[in-house]
Amino acid sequence: MTPIQITVITAGLSSPSSTKLLGERLSASVEEQLTQEGRTVEFKFIELREHAHDIMDAMLLGFPSPRLEKVFAAINESDGLIAVSPVFNASYSGLFKSFFDVLEKDALKDLPTLLGMTSGTKRHSLVLEYALKPLFGYARAKLSPTGVFSATDDFGENDLSLRIRRAAEEFTAILLLAQPRVKEDPFASPDFADLLT
Amino acid sequence: MQFGVMSVGDVTLDPTTGRMPSEHERIQALVTIALKAEEVGLDVFSTGEHHNSPFVPSSPTTILGFIAARTSKLLLSTSTTLITTNDPVKIAEDYAMLQHLSQGRNDLMLGRGNTGPVYPWFGQDIRNGIPLAIENYKLLRRLWDEEVVDWEGNFRSPLQGFTSTPRPLDGVPPFVWHGSIRSPEIAEQAAYYGDGFFHNNIFWPMSHTKKMVDLYRRRYAHYGHGAPQDAIVGLGGQVFMNKRSQDAVRIFRPYFDNAPVYGHGPSLEDFTKQTPLTVGSPQQVIDRYGAMSEQVGDYQRQLFLIDHAGLPLNMVLEQIELLGSEVVPVLRKELSSKNPNHQQAPTHAALIKNSKEKV
Repeated sequence: MTPIQITVITAGLSSPSSTKLLGERLSASVEEQLTQEGRTVEFKFIELREHAHDIMDAMLLGFPSPRLEKVFAAINESDGLIAVSPVFNASYSGLFKSFFDVLEKDALKDLPTLLGMTSGTKRHSLVLEYALKPLFGYARAKLSPTGVFSATDDFGENDLSLRIRRAAEEFTAILLLAQPRVKEDPFASPDFADLLT
Repeated sequence: MQFGVMSVGDVTLDPTTGRMPSEHERIQALVTIALKAEEVGLDVFSTGEHHNSPFVPSSPTTILGFIAARTSKLLLSTSTTLITTNDPVKIAEDYAMLQHLSQGRNDLMLGRGNTGPVYPWFGQDIRNGIPLAIENYKLLRRLWDEEVVDWEGNFRSPLQGFTSTPRPLDGVPPFVWHGSIRSPEIAEQAAYYGDGFFHNNIFWPMSHTKKMVDLYRRRYAHYGHGAPQDAIVGLGGQVFMNKRSQDAVRIFRPYFDNAPVYGHGPSLEDFTKQTPLTVGSPQQVIDRYGAMSEQVGDYQRQLFLIDHAGLPLNMVLEQIELLGSEVVPVLRKELSSKNPNHQQAPTHAALIKNSKEKV
């Protein structure tokens, strides 16, 4: 069987980034689950920081640069998405939101999606439930029920690994059940007879 | 090939002087630009249509009528006439009147408009954009092609026994082009009627233009109007020239950086790489625009957005001079040697001849 394609989008700003680290931990756990199911997987890791100027240009112009277009294509060709944002001002970050604002409409529709968030403090853990999930709900992604919120001190606790594994198990189940996404091509001749009625 | 200039009539600050032209100045400038276009041997002047500040061309046929009186050969067109929020009866009347006044020197390019609030200001719903474009054009077509019209539709009050006046000049309505940037339904409409298709070909990568033109050509053939290469295609474009290309870049850069549509975004270098905007020497414009037909096939009309982003009138007139003296004559020569069988865009005389042959 062909490898499952997963795009991992992380919006961390520092290098090294704990947002990226969470993305990698989630991916590793998903890979472990898929391997147990006898499937191979290929990951594309995208750090939005590297595309920040392109994202802003796309927002101002209404079309993506060739470099950003490649990122869009990766998502279009993906079987699943892992998306991780840092918490900024009690929500996902502006950079994270800007990327999904310039992504084509319906790009995430029916796409199995696993969400993660990072923050300095555990106090904002519900931001994932109240801010991040609704964004993907609106986009009609096939959202995996458990998102993983990690605060700085979670990286020193066992609990994080357990939560990552639970999230990966749920996401894997959704991935394996998902039908291939059918993209409607607007340029596939719209018949004028249909338009006239 | 028809070559010309187009304007959207924007009233924009000159970023190098901080000076904002008045509406009166801009309106006068549009007329001066049109007269200059005829003077240097260009074929077409085209105006957009807008109904809010910071734009002045709310009444295209008024300004085109004035220009018609002051010119003798110039073709007068629109980029675009709003087919969504204008009453098709008024479009039929206004453009037929212009046809009589200009002795058949006008055609029109229809578009849906890019300003949301115009819809509710004119009593329409923006979500009906495509259905409006389709129903209104259907009515416009009938008003010109039929003497007496009974009409009932979704968007306009019904008509009983209505004759649009004046009747088209010589019984032949102005030629219609349909313009769209990304809506395949409009390319489809153009193909269905065998009308022309215009893509503004500015502010977007050429891949957008190519995709729409390809669809239009394919469907033009599907509807039996001829082979795909016989379809009637027009393109826009945007240039800024100086004898020395580095001077063109230096002079245009502040206008680019502060432009209403693409300002404060990517660099001039990136943007000119990704879109048809060409800032450089006349030869660079010749090279780039001479190669357009390789992407979209042999086409019939090339218009240049000439006065955008706050360029002062004297600079715009210089650009038109350069087009007329250095660029267009070379493009015309290259075109006639590259394609001696080039099909011209329909003119009033050609359409009369066609209609006589059909009888």
